[in-house]
Amino acid sequence: MLVFLACSKKDSVTPEFQEGNLAPLSVEFDNIAGERTLTFDNTGSPYKNAAGEAFTVSRLQYFISNIKVTTSTGNTYTVNQDSSYFLIRGDDKATRFAKVKVPEGDYTSLTFTLGVDSLRSTMPIDKRTGVLDPAAGGSHDGNGMYWGWNSGYIFFKFEGNSAVISDDVKGDPTGKKQFKYHIGFFGGYHAPTLNNIKVIDVDLRTAGIAKVRKDRQSNIHLFVDIMKVFNGKNTFKIAERPNVMFDDFTAKIAANFPEMFRHDHTEN
Amino acid sequence: MAMNKKHWIVMCFLGLFILACKKDNPVKEGIEKFLGFQKPVNFPDPVYDFANNPVTKEGFELGRALFYEPRLSRNNTITCGSCHIQSSAFTQHGHDVSHGIDDRLGTRNSPSIMNLAWNKAFMWGGGVYDLDLQPITPITTHEEMDENLENVLNKIRALPKYTAMFKSAFGTEEVTTARFMKALSQFMLMCVSSNSKYDKVMRKETGAAFTAHEQAGYVLFKDKCASCHAEPLFTDGSFRNNGLGVSPINDKGLYAATLMETDKYKFKVPSLRNLQFTAPYMHDGRFLSLSGVLEHYNSEVQATPNLDPVLHQNGKLGITLSNDQKAILTAFLNTLNDTDFINNKMLSEQ
Repeated sequence: MLVFLACSKKDSVTPEFQEGNLAPLSVEFDNIAGERTLTFDNTGSPYKNAAGEAFTVSRLQYFISNIKVTTSTGNTYTVNQDSSYFLIRGDDKATRFAKVKVPEGDYTSLTFTLGVDSLRSTMPIDKRTGVLDPAAGGSHDGNGMYWGWNSGYIFFKFEGNSAVISDDVKGDPTGKKQFKYHIGFFGGYHAPTLNNIKVIDVDLRTAGIAKVRKDRQSNIHLFVDIMKVFNGKNTFKIAERPNVMFDDFTAKIAANFPEMFRHDHTEN
Repeated sequence: MAMNKKHWIVMCFLGLFILACKKDNPVKEGIEKFLGFQKPVNFPDPVYDFANNPVTKEGFELGRALFYEPRLSRNNTITCGSCHIQSSAFTQHGHDVSHGIDDRLGTRNSPSIMNLAWNKAFMWGGGVYDLDLQPITPITTHEEMDENLENVLNKIRALPKYTAMFKSAFGTEEVTTARFMKALSQFMLMCVSSNSKYDKVMRKETGAAFTAHEQAGYVLFKDKCASCHAEPLFTDGSFRNNGLGVSPINDKGLYAATLMETDKYKFKVPSLRNLQFTAPYMHDGRFLSLSGVLEHYNSEVQATPNLDPVLHQNGKLGITLSNDQKAILTAFLNTLNDTDFINNKMLSEQ
């Protein structure tokens, strides 16, 4: 008895994995730009991508969904789908945490989806509440993340400005030098079409496993590097692709997404 | 004609009898009762999931009010009914492409709101596969209502007329996206056109019969047209390239939604019901008359990418139609007009 009490105080003891024994876990999506923190519209000190193009950021929003964790012994837990959709908004720090409940345990791996899975993307209107409400955020030209005419969600919305953008129809005819990357496409209702949903796996062993316990808040702190949008495996120039929404090039950009996520540390 | 005393006495007794029975007369209540969605006997089962949104009198009436509500548009000028006019079978007669807010013009011809319970896909170019999500498109489109859903819901929430109607329809005054969409769907689902001469003939209703001309047209129709314009809805709901010359704006139809090469220039096969009221025709309203359409199939079909194989058989483009054949085909197509539908007061702005 004495031994048991003494041991239960120590961090090192891993609780038995029980699906009903839920405790809080958060995943923090800390947006950065290369070696710098992310600030909006910082025209005084713009960022620079690998192609040497200077740019500023005016909007960054993306969906995180379907969070799953795995312990070192191979137990996995998938968060109830109805509680597993988060809209991370760069302009609202309060939205940077995806807060879920998972069984007490020591987790070595985290899996989530960047985007909205195809099942949810085809669900009846009643199931589209909260961040998935098509009315949320207003227009798709603004903060809205729902496309009406080609029904589906924008998974990743990234907008900003760069002097390299031309003023003609190939650039921004309004003269605002604005770039817009609205990446969606979930694979289609019937015939399979473009699918830009990305499942991201994060190994937590190097930067710190998540020790989830009822009496504390374990927080997996991720860096989300928007520079990888340009500098990932499919490098591209803003000047050549200032607007990407409804074409095949969305797949090239989406392929860069997994590189954006980097595990920095875990607060236990 | 004067009635004699005997008749009057009988009439009075009858009157008493009727009065006595009135309270629980099932026939009278049946007439007053809202019947909800009813599948015409000559139609297949609908594809819409009614279990998730049963049509009620209150829901339908709310949907109708919203359909004719200008607050759905940015500057409160355009209603759904602006481009979907009942007397034109819920199309915008006389406009090749829809004419929306600030006199802006769209790129497509306003399609009919008709028999949508049997529709698997919406829009000329697809992209929307659930009626409950369809209204977001015209509301948010720059050339149509140019508004966003959040604003619309806020405008609706501010009106006691609507909060009361939401309460009657859904139990509380709460105005949600789902309720708003479901109410609009309830109205649109009730826009059923099934009382054309064709329907009456098919249902073998008393006195309904095709003329010899119409009958000959029907036989020809089944041979030449029915593979795409399948009875009784007169569309198979598919997307096909019917050989129209590529438009100046190079509208690629279904491709824009799917980005699949095999979908380029495919548009939704429209129903042929109510053609008398729905000119002009095609996705961009390029044909002003039915004879223009028939001549297209006879001699103007072009071998653009993904042309439907039905329109390119044995090395010949299109569907050969003599003048006599066009005449009987037209006679048959005219039996698909449904004046009950375009005059149904229940579907009109109240």
